[in-house]
Amino acid sequence: MAYSEKVIDHYQNPKNVGTLDKSKANVGTGLVGAPECGDVMRLQIEVDEATGVIKDAKFKTFGCGSAIASSSLATEWLKGKSIEEAITIDNMTIVEELNLPPVKIHCSVLAEDAIKAAINDYRQKNGLDILKFDESIVH
Amino acid sequence: MLNFPIYLDHNATTPCDPRVVDAMIPYFTNNFGNAASRNHPFGWQAEEAVDYAREQVAKLIGADPKEIIFTSGATEGDNLAIKGVFEMYASKGNHIITCNIEHKAVLDTCKHIEKEGGEVTYLKVKENGLVDLAELEAAIKPTTILIAIMYANNEIGTINPIKEISAIARKHGVLLFSDAVQAVGKIPVDVNKDGIDLMAFTAHKMYGPKGVGALYVRRKNPRVKVTAQMDGGGHERGMRSGTLNVPGIVGFGKACEICMNEMEEETKRVSKLRDKLQTELLKVEESYLNGDKEHKLPHVTNISFKYVEGEGLLMGFNKNIALSSGSACTSASLEPSYVLKALGLGDDLAHSSLRFGLGRFTTEEQIDYTVEQVTNTVNKLREMSPLWEMYKEGIDMNSIEWAHH
Repeated sequence: MAYSEKVIDHYQNPKNVGTLDKSKANVGTGLVGAPECGDVMRLQIEVDEATGVIKDAKFKTFGCGSAIASSSLATEWLKGKSIEEAITIDNMTIVEELNLPPVKIHCSVLAEDAIKAAINDYRQKNGLDILKFDESIVH
Repeated sequence: MLNFPIYLDHNATTPCDPRVVDAMIPYFTNNFGNAASRNHPFGWQAEEAVDYAREQVAKLIGADPKEIIFTSGATEGDNLAIKGVFEMYASKGNHIITCNIEHKAVLDTCKHIEKEGGEVTYLKVKENGLVDLAELEAAIKPTTILIAIMYANNEIGTINPIKEISAIARKHGVLLFSDAVQAVGKIPVDVNKDGIDLMAFTAHKMYGPKGVGALYVRRKNPRVKVTAQMDGGGHERGMRSGTLNVPGIVGFGKACEICMNEMEEETKRVSKLRDKLQTELLKVEESYLNGDKEHKLPHVTNISFKYVEGEGLLMGFNKNIALSSGSACTSASLEPSYVLKALGLGDDLAHSSLRFGLGRFTTEEQIDYTVEQVTNTVNKLREMSPLWEMYKEGIDMNSIEWAHH
């Protein structure tokens, strides 16, 4: 199976690899997937408390090239977005942007789940309700 | 000068040796006859070529040429042996013993046998990938008609104790079938010394063409017969109908002859390269060898690099190096290799494995490059692996509640 150029580019030059200080109140961390399934994604956001805008995002991913690319792309899209905007990022937009084949759709779903998990972690830390999301696609 | 891509997937298939191709070419054009045409020179020529190839093939495995049944490959050989014995020996019993790391062509055939009313015991291999002889013997019942155990495994390269297995089979009057695809041509295989009654192998794993293989069927002590699985002209002593693939068979014969003559030298050279590759890669932190270290094919090694995922790892260099992974991120099931899982590896290690299969044309330069590329990519991916970070921080990964999806 050949990878799309965009997947290869994110794999070779991943954006925003790293770790944010998860003890900070304005940092939300989402850890999704499982080692047994072959992919684990950790995505973190740092929110500007005054504006509610995501000022930084970092990821670390154990997984295939598409999983790495999906999380790299997600962090790029998150930066500069408000929490409200970030919630609307849909896995299918990632699929389209990266030209993921059907067997790799689960990578994009994982990225969407990671975004939502990070946002909820941030909300919980700041005394906000945990948002309920529709069940993501079974994968 | 390195030429890319480098091929290190010789367990999947091998290139044709140019000498094999040269031998085959006349049989596509001038000598195109049907080996079953008994009444003209075209047929005689083809038959002569097939007979010669049959001798070359038989010689490599210490068999009599009459014991060689040409097939389309090892999948057909596996099917013919297992289904053929099951049907032919139905009056003696219906029980077959195999093991859980056999090739799918054996396992799925056994599943089919179960649907047909047969009984199959799937032995669990030991952690080193070898069959447990005591368990094998204990599994034999009065109704057992066949033991089907592979000579060497395709993913981890481990070599089963075939002589000991055949001694057990003999003692209990049970036939032994071995899928020897990975072993024949690579290590000495002798059906008489090894005590094998039926054996499947194929040309394309030993520098011959694809689409041709053989099933060895013993004729003496005991005389073994299999029920044909295809009806037709009764070729190959009635066990495998179908016009013989003359060019393929000629190439297969030549490939066997070359293996016979060059095996010793080739094994020395290739195993040295394999050892170098294995030693260097096992220097990488948290890397693990899969399968027994000693009882192993000279050209294979299988290594897991913990905390990186196999397919992601391959992507780091698969433009330049052709390798296989035990990870199955490409398949819809997301299930990693059943062979590695059968060794007791956790899914995480099974997902992190690479299989290296060296071959006749592998060079030291290619191995050095591979060591460098694999090591660098493992290090690079660990820098972006959350699991590696947790490992380095001393976090127990079993204490985390993972969201299984």
